Amino acid sequence: MNQSPAISPLIIFFASILTSNMILSNFLGMCSYISVSSEYKTSSGLGKAVALVMLVTTAVNYFVYHYIIIPLGLDYLRFIIFIIVIAATVQIIEMFMDRYLEDLHSKLGIFLPLITVNCAILGINLFMVIRQYDFIQSIFFAAGSGLGWWLAINVLAAIREKISKNKLPQGLDGPAITFIITGIMALAFIGFSGIFTVQ
Amino acid sequence: MIEDIKKVIYRNLLKENQVVRQILGICSSLAVTNLMKNSLVMGLGLTFVTSLSSFTISTLRNYIPHRIRMLVQTLIIASYVIFVDIFIRANMPDISKALGPYVGLIITNCIIMGRAEAFAQKNTPFISMLDGFFAGIGYTSVLLIISFVRELLGFGTVFGANVNFIGFDTWTIMVMPPAAFFIIAVMVWIGANIMNKRTAKNANAEIKTFPKQQSASI
Repeated sequence: MNQSPAISPLIIFFASILTSNMILSNFLGMCSYISVSSEYKTSSGLGKAVALVMLVTTAVNYFVYHYIIIPLGLDYLRFIIFIIVIAATVQIIEMFMDRYLEDLHSKLGIFLPLITVNCAILGINLFMVIRQYDFIQSIFFAAGSGLGWWLAINVLAAIREKISKNKLPQGLDGPAITFIITGIMALAFIGFSGIFTVQ
Repeated sequence: MIEDIKKVIYRNLLKENQVVRQILGICSSLAVTNLMKNSLVMGLGLTFVTSLSSFTISTLRNYIPHRIRMLVQTLIIASYVIFVDIFIRANMPDISKALGPYVGLIITNCIIMGRAEAFAQKNTPFISMLDGFFAGIGYTSVLLIISFVRELLGFGTVFGANVNFIGFDTWTIMVMPPAAFFIIAVMVWIGANIMNKRTAKNANAEIKTFPKQQSASI
């Protein structure tokens, strides 16, 4: 999976929104995606919070990985270090928002603690290491993935709100129909795959 | 004691199967299921981590301050995941490459945290370890069923051995992400129907002994 360093950041950005979307082709962050998508407003808030945290933690973890973990030879500890950095960063973002951006905090605040354990965040950081992105590439990758996550959860929530009054066969309501909707969305997104390829 | 163990096994394998009934740990169960070999390794890795982390957390449950327990639990889980990651990288380099970041993502797998919070917090070490072990086995079996369907129809193989005797055309769609969603949807549907029927049948015979865990929060 090694990437040549020549891939343009813009291609990574659009590819991570459309062709290798975090949810629809990498299945990251599914737990909150399934359980927090019944209301459009809430899921939009969660999507924005995830995108923000993704961007900030990737930037921080890039420096932590290249300037602390590698020089000290601590590569085998990177899971623990990444998790700690993510938890600490989320905490700092929350405190900062509480102090300076009260509007935003009242909208996104409740989601921030949840995001620490969202697999999409850790997944982005691990992909960054595995694919050997440089700093600019990582930033564009994180921004694109965050946007893609937000897009996917918004589309799903909109569809679910639309069909919430419809009758379904017994047992299919709830998670099962959500998976089917997501599957159809994933099929639709495969249509983009001719545009760019990253993997 | 034997009754308790039986209850733990039944609950984790069927009644509250972590993937099909609780919708936890979906990320990895969809991502690694295009080959049975990968799913087996992933499932065993997760089983190892859940059983040992449940054991450790349950042993330490009276010493961990309540306010920081999430952090301590995450660190315990992460240490076991590092074992698994190093083991797979050293012994099965091909599979390690195929699984990519998903081994590391066992840390944020909701199943482990869910077991720790819902069971290991309140029970003795031995039964917690069994609970974690069977939760992992339940997860592994679901993974194997999904990957059996995907590998058979997508490549015409089972565990890498060619079984495509009649020479049908393989379905490329089965290897791609959407098929994973459709198969898991069908499994959740079947599971919900079986459980609905069963609860309707013996509605008063069954008493909930264990608190149901919160699946929404993680």
